[in-house]
Amino acid sequence: MATVLSTSPAPHIRVKDTVPKIMVDVLIALVPAVLFAVYAFGWTALWLCVIGALSGELIEYAILRFIRKKKKTRPDGSAAVTGLLLAMNVSGSFPWYLLILGVLVAIGIAKHTYGGLGNNPFNPALIGRVFLFVSFPVQMSTWAPLQNAVSTVVTSATPLGVLKQKGFEEAARHISTLDMFIGNMQGCLGEVSALALIIGFAYLLWRKRVNPIIPLAYLGTVFLFSSLFFWINPNLFGSPIFHLLSGGLMLGALFMATDMVTSPATMKGAFIYGVGCGVLTMLIRCFGALPEGVSFSILIMNACKPLIDKISRPKPFGYVAPEVKKNG
Amino acid sequence: MAILSFSGGIHPPDRKELAKDQPIREAPIPKTFYLFVNQNSGKPPALTVKKGDAVKTGQKIAQAQGPVSVPLHSPVTGIVSDVKKMMHPVTQKPEELLVIDRETDAYDFLEPLTGWETYDTEKCHTLLYGRIKEAGIVGLGGATFPSHFKYVEAMKKPVDYVILNGAECEPYLTIDYRLMVEHPAEIVKGLEILLKICGAKHGYIGLEDNKPEAYEALRKHANGRIEPVLLKTKYPQGGEKQLVYALTKRAVPVGGFPFHVGSIVHNVATAFAIYEAVEKGKPLIDRGLTITGEGISKPSNLWVRLGTPIQELIDYVGGLKSEGGKVILGGPMMGIPIKDLALPVMKGTSGILVLPPEMVQEIDEETCINCGKCLMACSLKLEPNFLVKLVKAKKFDEAYKYGVLNCCECGSCAFVCPSKIEHVKHFKLAKKLHATLKGGRS
Repeated sequence: MATVLSTSPAPHIRVKDTVPKIMVDVLIALVPAVLFAVYAFGWTALWLCVIGALSGELIEYAILRFIRKKKKTRPDGSAAVTGLLLAMNVSGSFPWYLLILGVLVAIGIAKHTYGGLGNNPFNPALIGRVFLFVSFPVQMSTWAPLQNAVSTVVTSATPLGVLKQKGFEEAARHISTLDMFIGNMQGCLGEVSALALIIGFAYLLWRKRVNPIIPLAYLGTVFLFSSLFFWINPNLFGSPIFHLLSGGLMLGALFMATDMVTSPATMKGAFIYGVGCGVLTMLIRCFGALPEGVSFSILIMNACKPLIDKISRPKPFGYVAPEVKKNG
Repeated sequence: MAILSFSGGIHPPDRKELAKDQPIREAPIPKTFYLFVNQNSGKPPALTVKKGDAVKTGQKIAQAQGPVSVPLHSPVTGIVSDVKKMMHPVTQKPEELLVIDRETDAYDFLEPLTGWETYDTEKCHTLLYGRIKEAGIVGLGGATFPSHFKYVEAMKKPVDYVILNGAECEPYLTIDYRLMVEHPAEIVKGLEILLKICGAKHGYIGLEDNKPEAYEALRKHANGRIEPVLLKTKYPQGGEKQLVYALTKRAVPVGGFPFHVGSIVHNVATAFAIYEAVEKGKPLIDRGLTITGEGISKPSNLWVRLGTPIQELIDYVGGLKSEGGKVILGGPMMGIPIKDLALPVMKGTSGILVLPPEMVQEIDEETCINCGKCLMACSLKLEPNFLVKLVKAKKFDEAYKYGVLNCCECGSCAFVCPSKIEHVKHFKLAKKLHATLKGGRS
């Protein structure tokens, strides 16, 4: 035979799906939130998002090429997702060079010291955010002016900040539930509009890119937890709807906790993980020193992933439990 | 009735339209036959002829060795011109190969067993069971497991069901479908023979609901004990455990066989071969197969004698459309790729699939991103992503503990993987290693 026949092993047909395609879908899903950020905070929002995504890819390429000395480096889009998510987690007035520093920490330390995509135990974007948060607390909590906000909205602090300092009655007086849902409030670039995030998430669901168990468990837990505390002390803890729509919860639950690499893949594991995120978020919001706790809760649950995986291993088909002796 | 199925699984493009409407034709008989002695799983038979011997069509030329073994019969009349070694596509080792030059057919079949319908249990156990064993019948779906061996236990302790697998869930392949459409009566009779042997009350023929014509054809011959049942079209519906579960809602225990939940499963083609062995006395010397794929000029369903070189079949259906590509024995999900088209058709060759070069994906494994698609796809509820990590890290003991030996190698996990991970390749390695260490069957 002159021609050489391929003998690569079965299966001989496969889906056309690839990792870059997944990442592109995640980027597309984030577009509505980015557009809303531009509407709410002006064009700087767009520049920050573009800088975040581009610097992510460039830093990853440089690390792969010059530090890890990989012969083949193909951009897979995961670094752009990380960079964009980090940009969405800063305020509209955040300095662009500090954002790049944050991306460097996210990609360089949180991702590639562990071996790159698929091996990082923690969500890189969240590590970047927490790094910026503890290193540059002033810049991280200096809020950009809102371009189109209704006059009653407090523009100098986030609703959660007001809740922490002045109580729920004060926080709720300045903003309607509808405004919170649409995103007419102060906060980080990508987190303000629950509506835009949900539209993006619906796209991911439609493309079957995401396991809805995690956000459902996460948001459900926050709802139940906050309902309980709202019943105990409304002014101190705030209403369930307020908690669901404020801060980074939507962004965190829909796009950060669902990061495939750092979350459990089994149904049971995803449920435990989501509930854990919800409980921790509410504990930090209600009893912690900080107004917001989404980043830390997700990171802590990232750390718990191996343990969750271990207790949520599926039973193989046809598994027969060892017989337990019954008492007379 | 609700459509029966199992949980998990995938929906690959089925591409059965290529060969679905081609009636089964007799393939031309080659001048020279190449016959592997080892054509069944278990122990290969021992050769009883030597170079220079004359053989007749249907004559026994190799004797079964031990219980999990079947004899081999000559598919042709002629002279054994050589006994040599050739690389075996399934075992991947050089194996004994007979070269037989063809002369005019003279038949040496077994005595037909007429009147088997009225046999008593004793006769069923000796004559019918003995016939399946003597005719060299193996599972024709591709596994080539000696069919008679499934009844060794079942004759002592009766089973509830005998199930014929007409799911043909592998994409592209259509031979089982053609067989069910063209020979429903013979398949039903084959199933009746099997019911007689083990005394089972019910016989099911399970087929995917993309084959309504085959269902109708079988239904005309069905009776109170035997019924065709439509199942959801989903891969791997024809997997033994999946099929038993879909039909009886009984889960075959880990490490067990369908027998452990009162069922015995055969391919429909095996039932047809059993019918021929009993009523016509014909040993297993030929079989049906689909020769198909985008790389084949005229996809066809052929009736082929064992030992026919694959090249001759490809030439017969108009040759390859383009140079190179991939030639696969079996279907696209589990088939074995071959390099050498001089290889002959064997008992387990249910299809010859030719994929043109543009459809061949050379796989470059990337890192797992833990997307969980493989978990959803696995019909045996394993964790393919986790198991691959264990095998890659050479933690074989843990891989065994978490059920890698339970994997049926259906390839669903690798099919859906966006990182193009070769799950099945890694799992086969782990299973092979286990078999070697335990000295068991691989």
